[in-house]
Amino acid sequence: MTAPEPSPSVAALRARFGDAVVRHRVSCGDTIVWVRGERSHEILAWLRDDPGQAFDYLTDVTAVEYRDAELPLEMVYQLRALARRADLRVKIELDKAAPLEVDSVCDLWSGANWLEREVFDMFGVAFRGHPDLRRILMWDTYAEGYPLRKDFPLRGHFSRSEQTRQALAANPESHYSLEELSLAETYHEIPEDMRERLQRGEHGEVA
Amino acid sequence: MGLTPPDADRSLAEVSGVSPNWMTARLSDLVNWSRTRSLWPMPFGTACCAIEFMATAASRYDLSRFGMERQAFSPRQADVLICAGRLPFKLAPVIRRIWDQMPQPKWSISMGACASSGGIFDNYAMVQGIDTIIPVDVYVPGCPPRPEGLLYAILLLQKKIMGESLTDQQLRIEQTLGPDGLFRTPALIDEISEPFGNSVHQTRSA
Repeated sequence: MTAPEPSPSVAALRARFGDAVVRHRVSCGDTIVWVRGERSHEILAWLRDDPGQAFDYLTDVTAVEYRDAELPLEMVYQLRALARRADLRVKIELDKAAPLEVDSVCDLWSGANWLEREVFDMFGVAFRGHPDLRRILMWDTYAEGYPLRKDFPLRGHFSRSEQTRQALAANPESHYSLEELSLAETYHEIPEDMRERLQRGEHGEVA
Repeated sequence: MGLTPPDADRSLAEVSGVSPNWMTARLSDLVNWSRTRSLWPMPFGTACCAIEFMATAASRYDLSRFGMERQAFSPRQADVLICAGRLPFKLAPVIRRIWDQMPQPKWSISMGACASSGGIFDNYAMVQGIDTIIPVDVYVPGCPPRPEGLLYAILLLQKKIMGESLTDQQLRIEQTLGPDGLFRTPALIDEISEPFGNSVHQTRSA
């Protein structure tokens, strides 16, 4: 049985970016290509803009943390070229010992905005250049960490009663931004850092 | 053919002969009877139980037969809070505020396994039973309960209301959060958890 053919994009990527393409693999007919994090934005921009690639649709941005502690955390970009009807999965390995940071692709695909916020919320990956990086599923004052990390206990870090107490102490309006609320009554009750972000015009930055 | 004008004198005499125009009853019974037949539900639907709630309210099962003709989507006009579905911690202050906004007399039904005990969602995001947030009158088991289950819960609630006493002031006292910011202490939650048969590994309090 012959090994399944990878997507022609892999060869094109290797020819153009050389060492920045770490390895590739075909799994269930899908081509997965691992690239270096420091050049990820450049590579993804090229995949979007090169006429031969034309991956104009970003299906999903997510992350994977493996059970084995020595394996790195992986960022996953699922790309689709609508006109060519072709798919490509791009992965970036992030060393868990270092700060988890990667370039945002919001400027390439606007749809990445909420997807990256979800990855930040669940895994704690910070996206450089994201226009509004804050939690999206958990509330802004959530203090227990990043729920989908492997070192996060299933029931959370705090006890049930502490979780209930914090939840009941919360002001439901403070879960949302002023834009989402459309009324500014609770402005003085929202967290300090959120208020500061809103004053800057709803645009956060990664330090 | 057509309508014959009623003979006013004769019909009055007949009615007077058959039944008197007055009756005696205990005030509690009268008030409770009218309350049971005009429960306005406030649906708090968060998950699949809400689909079953909709089926219960629709024509086949017809919630209106039990006096719930009008769904009150404003807590200010509601009598029964029906929590249909799982409740994440993010929604805990919301349901608490809705409950606080409902005027007395008010009751609540916890519909389904998740609302009653957290169900399969024994995790960081989920309230382990809404009775840790608001008082609950009737629990409906099931995942989700069939419409018959919810109807039975409503009948049980009506039965409970019929047993209430107008002079019992305790019933109408608002149950607010304690000084520790909790509605129920962990010890009390453990105590009321027992008949639920939660998994021994699933803790609702600690």
